[in-house]
Amino acid sequence: MSASSDSAGGTEGRGLINWIDQRFPLTSLWKEHLAEYYAPKNFNFWYFFGSLALLVLVNQIVTGIFLTMNYKPSAAEAFASIQYIMNDVEWGWLIRYMHTTGASAFFIVVYLHMFRGLMYGSARKPRELIWIFGCLIFLLLMAEAFMGYVLPWGNMSFWGAQVITSLFGSLPVVGSTLVEWIRGDYVIADATLNRFFALHVAALPLALVFLVIAHVMALHEVGSNNPDGIEIKKLKGKDGHPLDGIPFHPYYTVKDMVGVAGFLLLFCGVIFFEPTFGGLFLESANYTPANPLQTPPDITPVWYFTPFYAMLRAVPSFAGTQVWGVLVMGSAVVILFFVPWLDRSPAKSIRYKGPIYKIALALFVVAFVTLGVCGMHPPAGIYPLLARVGTAIYFAFFLLMPWYTKIDRVKPVPERVTGHA
Amino acid sequence: MDDQVDHSRRRLLTVATVGTGAIGVAFAAAPFLASWNPSARAKALGAPVEVDASKLEPGQMIKVAWRGQPIYVVRRTKDVIQHLGDHNDLLVDPDSDASEQPAYIKASGAARARNPEYWVGLGVCTHLGCAPLGAFERRKEFQLAGVDLGSNWPGGFYCPCHGSKYDASGRVFKNVPAPKNLTIPPYALGKDMHIVIGVDDASQNA
Repeated sequence: MSASSDSAGGTEGRGLINWIDQRFPLTSLWKEHLAEYYAPKNFNFWYFFGSLALLVLVNQIVTGIFLTMNYKPSAAEAFASIQYIMNDVEWGWLIRYMHTTGASAFFIVVYLHMFRGLMYGSARKPRELIWIFGCLIFLLLMAEAFMGYVLPWGNMSFWGAQVITSLFGSLPVVGSTLVEWIRGDYVIADATLNRFFALHVAALPLALVFLVIAHVMALHEVGSNNPDGIEIKKLKGKDGHPLDGIPFHPYYTVKDMVGVAGFLLLFCGVIFFEPTFGGLFLESANYTPANPLQTPPDITPVWYFTPFYAMLRAVPSFAGTQVWGVLVMGSAVVILFFVPWLDRSPAKSIRYKGPIYKIALALFVVAFVTLGVCGMHPPAGIYPLLARVGTAIYFAFFLLMPWYTKIDRVKPVPERVTGHA
Repeated sequence: MDDQVDHSRRRLLTVATVGTGAIGVAFAAAPFLASWNPSARAKALGAPVEVDASKLEPGQMIKVAWRGQPIYVVRRTKDVIQHLGDHNDLLVDPDSDASEQPAYIKASGAARARNPEYWVGLGVCTHLGCAPLGAFERRKEFQLAGVDLGSNWPGGFYCPCHGSKYDASGRVFKNVPAPKNLTIPPYALGKDMHIVIGVDDASQNA
C-alpha cells in the first residue's frame, strides 16, 4: 500500500524489512526493547552502570576469544603461553590488558549498579526477579573471575585456587571427596587448570549471557525503576505511553554513549598507563610460575573478592571445624537474594526514606570498603578486629532491615518524577 | 470412538514419561560427573617417595612432593624435643584425637614421630591449605615474615596466610583459624635415615 508513495531507495529497504518481519520479529523486537521501550525521564548518572556492564561483558567475550587463540590450558605450558601473548603476539599485550582490566572494571560497574539498586529500591516489587537474576549474574561473575585468575598459572593463581577449593573441604562428611572431585587430583594440578579453562571460556559465559538476557527481559516486562522510586506506568498520556517516560532510543542510547565515552577514558587510562593498577588488578606474586611447594608470603585475592575473603577470615574455627567462616562468606552472597522482601519501607527511593535508612546504607558502604581493605592485609594487628566489626555491620544491614525500614520516618512520595520538567 | 479424554490415564502416562526421562537423565549425568574424579594417571602418581634425611642438621627442614603435596621432614633440636610436653594447655588437640595421622604416630604422644628427632608431616595448613613456614628454635621472641610469634615461642610452624600457629610436632595452638593439627602421612624409616613416604612399612617399597 505504501510502496507506491515511497521513494525508490526506501521501498528497497522496507521490502527487505517486511520480508524479514514476516519470518522473524525484527521490527517488533526493535520497538519493544529500544524505540518504544519507555524509560523514566529522570535517570541520573547512576543509570550508566547497567549499560556499561553490558559493554564490559562484550569486551570480555571478544578479548577472551582472542586470548584463547594463543593460550595453552596445561600446567606445563600455561605460564609460558601468557608470556608469549605478552611479548611475541602482535598486540597481544593490549588484548590481555583489556581482558584483565575488564575483569576489574566489571566488578566496579557491577558493584555501583548494585549500590544504585539499594539506593533507589530497584529490587522492590514488582522487580524481585530482575534483582534475583542480577544476584545470579553476580554469583556467576565471581566464579568466572576466580577461574579466570587461575588460568595464568602464576603462584598466586595456584595458591588462590588451593585456598578457595579447600573451602569445600570444610564441609562435614563429603568435604575431602568433594575437593578431590573439584580438583580432579589430590592437589590443584593440570586437571584442575584444564577444567577451569573449559568452565571459564564455555560453560560460564554461556550461562552469563543467558542470565543477562533474562535480566533485561524481566526489566522490559515490568519497566525501569527510577531515582524517585515511583511507577511511571500509573500515569499514562492519551497515546498510552507513560507521561514521565521517554523512548529508550534515541534518548537513552545517546545518553549511555556519553557514559561509554567517560568510561573508556578511564578504562584506556588504566590499560595504557597503569595496567596492574599498583598490584590491585594484577598481583605481583602472579609474575612467578605456580610452585606447589612455596606459598606466596601473603595470599590475597584480587581486590573485588577481598570483602568476602575478610569475612571468611574473621570467623574463628569452632567445635573442631572452620566451616563457620565458609558459611558466613556464603551467606554474605546468599543474603543479597532476599533484599526485595527485607525492605519494608513504604518508600522505595532513598530520596523519600528516613534518616535511619540513610545512616544504615552509609554504614554498610563503610563496612564493605573496610572489609575490602582488611582482606588485602595479613590478619594481624587491628585488621582481625576491624574485619569482625565490618562483618557484623554487613549482616546487620540486611538482617535488621525489616525493622528499621518499618519504624523509619518517610517523606511523602510524589505522583510524578521530580527534577526534570 | 467417543472424544472423551480420560484425564487420569493421561496424568498417569505423563507422570510415567517424566519419571522415566528423569531416571534416564540421572544415568546419563553419571559419566559426566565421574569424569571429574582423579583420573587413573593422577592416582598412579600417588606412589611412595623416598627421602634421604641423613644430611639434615638439627633445626633444618627439607620439603619433598608426594602426591603433589608438600611433605616436610624436620630434624628437631634436642632443646625443642625436651620441651614438647610443656605447652599442652595452649593447644587445641594436644593428644591429636581429632587430627589425622596413622595409629603409630598417635601412639607416640607429643613427639608425633616414629623417631622423635625426625618429624615428618604434611606441609598443608589445616585451615585452607597454605604451606606453613618453619620457626624451629625455642626463643623468648620470634619475628617471622614481619609477625611476632608471641613470647616463649616453643619452636614450630607459622602459616603466613591466616596466622595459624603449630608447635614443632605440628600441633595447632588455640585462638588461630586452623582447627586441627597438621596431618601426618603414613611413612616408614628405612636404612641410614632414608624415609619412605606413603607406606607404613619400609619393605613395602620394592
